[in-house]
Amino acid sequence: MFQSIEARSTPVMRARGLYKRYGEHSVVQGIDLDIYAGECVGLLGPNGAGKTTTLRMLLGLSPPTAGSLDVLGYPVPQCARQMRARAGVVPQQDNLDPDFTVRENLLVYGRYYGLAGVELARRIPPLLAFAALEAKAEAPIATLSGGMRRRLSIARALINVPELLFLDEPTTGLDPQARHLIWQRLRSLRSEGKTLLLTTHYMEEAQRLCDRVVILDQGNILDVGSPGELIARHIEPHVVEVSGDGVKEWLQALGQAHVRRAELVGETVFCYMDKVDDLLQQLRLQDKFTYLHRPANLEDVFLKLTGRDLRD
Amino acid sequence: MDWSPPGVSLRWLPVWSRNLLVWRKLAVASLVGNFGDPFLYLLGIGYGLGGLIGSVDGMPYLMFFASGLVCSSAMNTATFEGLYSAFTRMNAQRTWEGMLAAPLLVDDIVLGELVWAATKSVISSAIILLVAAAFGVVHGWEALAVVPILFLIGLCFGAMALLVSILSPSYDFFLYYFTLIVTPMFLFSGVFFPVTALPAGAQWLVWALPLSHAVTLVRPLMTGQPLASGWLQFAVLGLYTLIFSYLTVVFARRKMIK
Repeated sequence: MFQSIEARSTPVMRARGLYKRYGEHSVVQGIDLDIYAGECVGLLGPNGAGKTTTLRMLLGLSPPTAGSLDVLGYPVPQCARQMRARAGVVPQQDNLDPDFTVRENLLVYGRYYGLAGVELARRIPPLLAFAALEAKAEAPIATLSGGMRRRLSIARALINVPELLFLDEPTTGLDPQARHLIWQRLRSLRSEGKTLLLTTHYMEEAQRLCDRVVILDQGNILDVGSPGELIARHIEPHVVEVSGDGVKEWLQALGQAHVRRAELVGETVFCYMDKVDDLLQQLRLQDKFTYLHRPANLEDVFLKLTGRDLRD
Repeated sequence: MDWSPPGVSLRWLPVWSRNLLVWRKLAVASLVGNFGDPFLYLLGIGYGLGGLIGSVDGMPYLMFFASGLVCSSAMNTATFEGLYSAFTRMNAQRTWEGMLAAPLLVDDIVLGELVWAATKSVISSAIILLVAAAFGVVHGWEALAVVPILFLIGLCFGAMALLVSILSPSYDFFLYYFTLIVTPMFLFSGVFFPVTALPAGAQWLVWALPLSHAVTLVRPLMTGQPLASGWLQFAVLGLYTLIFSYLTVVFARRKMIK
């Protein structure tokens, strides 16, 4: 207990006034963020929010235009190489070596960390087991499914037994089965005490995995907190989605009496409310509209904070 | 732009050994390529055309041509490695990106790639040396002294090619480099005929490029002719290697770290 308080007082990552500009375009505009040991933190944001650029800056692969950055006690980018020796990275797009088998990928990657011989050979079998790829150890990369490749990418990032793991959209493009297996593996890493920083635009992923979520848009942090805190802070506990022809008129007739806050998106009204019984009663008595009553979730927070405009 | 001098350490070794491991898997195909093309040149031009030409610079044409071909083979191998193979690793395969997530720097990767290109150059040109020996046109054991020179030639052309590769938006761009630089060097640097056969102005241009100096160093060692001095040749090859390695590191940093 005492140790965890101690650990919380010294962040494994500390960013102050992190700023990145390409020409006239500011991609990251002054980020302050601390990440503590053992946390799983999610960077959540629409496309172009600055998630990947932030991650690249943390790794020392993109020098910040301004601001200071400390990761695992090293100033970055000055000592990024030493920091990366103690971190692991799972990239957004797989960069496994297509010329090699699964085992060779782990072997060759381990050499980049200065590992060799018996020690390196000893580390490979548990990683193959972790990635559920024992049967595929001698298979070339081209024969692996998307989920297998992503698992191998995660296993590869663990070859140096890192304290901190960076994951850039770890489940993008995977089917539900593959995603659930990845989530399970990430949870087991967190329970081993590793610190995880992941970017995602899947709310469900952030809500399931992350202790804290950082909502990022246009290079700014909009809010930080646990998924529960963020929902409580921004959204009424109940959401009723009502859709059908004439829903707009229905909403106007309803007035402010029932609904504290409502949003019309296309043919659907999103009603955000503290007490829901009266509205549900009314909706049960009609058959013109279909409706769904659900608890507020992170996606509601996200859409409220970042808006519903398309980001292309 | 980060113009600081390249950091040199032994961290290039895992980059080099990664490329070696890939090569070992495809070694047969690679060796057939290294061997086949120059062998056909040796046969068709050295032996066939050489039969009509007789002797050049006081030696049989096959002997003259073989000693030039060893150099151009070193150049071609390093050029292909630096252009196509390295381009694939830095773009399509994202191999460099993977390395950069590990505790390696761009400088380490570039150095590993250059040493690898030079290694492949030595492999392919040493094969031509053996074939030339089998044809009976290598003068003696002193020819083995060309091996470290071939390594230097590989570094030099590897660095030039890698810079072009880093600056190229696509594979198609390489054709400019071949047509404007590599092919003219191959044809006019004393591989096929002595540089002195060229008009004076053209000779000056040929001596400004590195392949002619490589041929000047290697030919006496393979044919048993007296080696004039060699310092100028080493200086030109060394200078090209240093300048282009440095530029390659600087532009590779700009490409990968942004």
